[in-house]
Amino acid sequence: MSVIYILLAISITVAIIFFVAFIISVKNGQYDDSYTPSVRILFEDELVKKKKNSKKTKIDTSIEINN
Amino acid sequence: MDKQKCYHCGDECGSGAIVYDEKHFCCNGCKTVYEIFSENDLSYYYDLQSGTGSTPTAIEGKYDFLENDTIIDRLTEFNDGSLQIVNLYIPLIHCSSCIWVLENMNKLNPFITQSQVDFPKKTVRITYNSKGISLKQLVVLLTKIGYEPYISLDDFDNKKKSADRSLIYKLGVAGFAFGNVMFLSFPEYFDLSTSEASGGEYWLNQYEDVFRWLMFAFSLPVVFYAGADYFISAYKGLRSKILNIDVPISLGILVLFLRSTLEIIFDWGSGFFDSLTGLVFFLLLGKFFQQKTYSFLSFERDYKSYFPIAVTKIFENGKEESTQVHEIKQGDRLLIRNEELIPVDGILLKGKAKIDYSFVTGESVPVEREYGDKVFAGGRQLNGPIEMEALKSVSQSYLTQLWSNSVFKTDKSTRFQTLTDSIGKRFTIGVLSIAFLATAFWLYYDPSKAINVFTAVLIIACPCAIALASPFTLGNMLRIFGQKKFYLRDTTTIEQLAQVDTAIFDKTGTITTTQKSTATYEGMPLTPKEESLLKNTLRASNHPLSRALYDLLEEQNIVTLDDYEEHLGKGVEGSKDNEHIKIGSSNFVGNHQAGDSANTAVHIASNDHYKGKYVFHNQYREGVSDLFKNMSETFQLAILSGDNEGEKANLEKLLPKLTPLFFNQKPEDKLEFIKSLQNQHKKVLMVGDGLNDAGALAQAEVGIAVSENINVFSPACDGIMDASKLKQLYNYIMASKKAMRIIKLSFMLSLLYNVIGLYFAVTGQLEPVIAAILMPLSSISVVGFTTIMTNLVGRKLN
Repeated sequence: MSVIYILLAISITVAIIFFVAFIISVKNGQYDDSYTPSVRILFEDELVKKKKNSKKTKIDTSIEINN
Repeated sequence: MDKQKCYHCGDECGSGAIVYDEKHFCCNGCKTVYEIFSENDLSYYYDLQSGTGSTPTAIEGKYDFLENDTIIDRLTEFNDGSLQIVNLYIPLIHCSSCIWVLENMNKLNPFITQSQVDFPKKTVRITYNSKGISLKQLVVLLTKIGYEPYISLDDFDNKKKSADRSLIYKLGVAGFAFGNVMFLSFPEYFDLSTSEASGGEYWLNQYEDVFRWLMFAFSLPVVFYAGADYFISAYKGLRSKILNIDVPISLGILVLFLRSTLEIIFDWGSGFFDSLTGLVFFLLLGKFFQQKTYSFLSFERDYKSYFPIAVTKIFENGKEESTQVHEIKQGDRLLIRNEELIPVDGILLKGKAKIDYSFVTGESVPVEREYGDKVFAGGRQLNGPIEMEALKSVSQSYLTQLWSNSVFKTDKSTRFQTLTDSIGKRFTIGVLSIAFLATAFWLYYDPSKAINVFTAVLIIACPCAIALASPFTLGNMLRIFGQKKFYLRDTTTIEQLAQVDTAIFDKTGTITTTQKSTATYEGMPLTPKEESLLKNTLRASNHPLSRALYDLLEEQNIVTLDDYEEHLGKGVEGSKDNEHIKIGSSNFVGNHQAGDSANTAVHIASNDHYKGKYVFHNQYREGVSDLFKNMSETFQLAILSGDNEGEKANLEKLLPKLTPLFFNQKPEDKLEFIKSLQNQHKKVLMVGDGLNDAGALAQAEVGIAVSENINVFSPACDGIMDASKLKQLYNYIMASKKAMRIIKLSFMLSLLYNVIGLYFAVTGQLEPVIAAILMPLSSISVVGFTTIMTNLVGRKLN
């Protein structure tokens, strides 16, 4: 047995793994919407600020930043 | 003047600003949305983008039909009694703030578990627990925060539209195989596997078969899965005796595959698997590029996406219940609320109807109907609730019957032969004759090479570059038009647009604006006191004409009226300090002079003396006159209007001389008019806006709908155009013509490559390497050429 068989087997296996990953991602609908995720990734949970009600003072705002 | 911008929607607040939480709001609606957001920690909404929200609309009773179980069942994607998933179309989604707030819906209501926005489609998919929040409550909540979903009869009929992903799969398969075959071809390319005697590397020689059979294995899915569409299309074309471009393509693929397979079986050579997979991959890439459509626009809308799902039915015992529109039978008694749509033809039983038929007939002024009058489906009630009796079912109504016309059943694209296909025909004939001639020649001189030459010609002549020229040029043009807010359905529309020689325009809503109107005063001059009283009386009225006139009049000090009375369907009257004014219809103010023009007018009487009238004129879109002047040089023009002749004189001033004008055109008339032009072998472009143009838009070679808000509604058409771009229409048509010229140039370019390739093929010296270099080279240079050229054309457009 030559090493070439092993090399070919490995390279094709790797290629097929990526190919299957691609098929699965298409099937999951990852290619249906190619825009929204790019916006969504920029939202961060900690940016959800606490209340800014009129009754609250400015101290609240400083706490928010630490959240 | 207060120039403060509303914190929520960004409109100017004007004098009635509400200050809350140190922020200005233009109305209570905006303030309420702000309150909801700030109470639920969602005020980050305003940090993302300022002044972005939309004002919520009043909805009382509008969504009662969402309590109906069958309707819920049809609308939801998933429903197991408690957990429900619904996909709602929200036309107002327009920025990142919208995505953010809609995906944080769970903070507004704990029973909403998940919401996900699809921005290009403008939909939101919400998962919620129906035990805690019903579909109706959910929709009301969305409406309250300014994101009113658009639910129409269309959603009801086709609930699940599964996306067609087959092209992506095919592209994936072809790309995957192409890459691997290329990689497996390297030993052949660098001549590594030839025998030591001929100067090659000896050690790879013994594995030659492994590499070749692996390539064969990779090419199988490419030919039989990814390329299957070409065989099917060629077969269909041949069966209907058309030689389309797919015939030489499939011939090329087939010959490539068979010859390569034979070569490796009998050890003649390495085959052309690299060219084969590359060819299919590039072709599919072109298809993918062409396929780009505007997923948030729908070009196939019929009356269903305009009609509501349900209306309120009144039973004999007085009980009211919402009923599906499909279930309305002759004789049913229906309640139509203010701003609701009349779904069927019927007879008015109760209430005064003021119906806006602008969408159906193009008539811009609402018509008034009284007890016993007939009302037609498609009109919008503007004047409080009415009750009516259905005379027909939905599908048999006057308006909806238009859709039973055969125009709507045939697919327009099949009627048209594209440039690529017409060239494909000549090309196929040319290639086949060259192939047979060359084979005949070699049969005479050296029969051993004959079959080799025959296949080589078919392989090298495979019109890959020709097949790519059109999708890349038109696909790129489509994108450029899209950036200019001119959205076309598909690439064949550009080809058809380039061939147009006749342009027909609708009047109302197409070349006139629906929002702005102008009015001129005719009669005795008004005193300043009367003007003030007039403006203040109009201020109190909510009638569309009152609102329009109010906006046109000069600013006056706001005074409180002593007395104000609104007479439905007649007019309004108001008084202040012994001054008394009557505003309304001619009869109402006591004007008995006949000879009224067909134009809409508001009459005024002060202290019971007739003073004069404000006559409304259509406001024409900016640049319409220039557009017509430009277009009249190359196109035959005509105007078809559903309206009366009131505007004839104005139109004639605006348009080039002798432009035919047709008034009082019914939807069917418009359709027939276009048909008769087509019978004279005219290629017709129809520009319209409403449902009344739907038939004409479908019948015309190219139907373009003009819309002030492209998200709202437009009838089935081939293209949707933002109203502000109407004046550019001529330039767009010219750009389409240029695009076609670019395609023709690319054909020349790719023919050049074919001639070079054919030289190798005919002389019997086509090596796989030459094929592998020539094919991608021709494709890439054609793609590069078309991309650069279309961008140059696009840069000149506004």
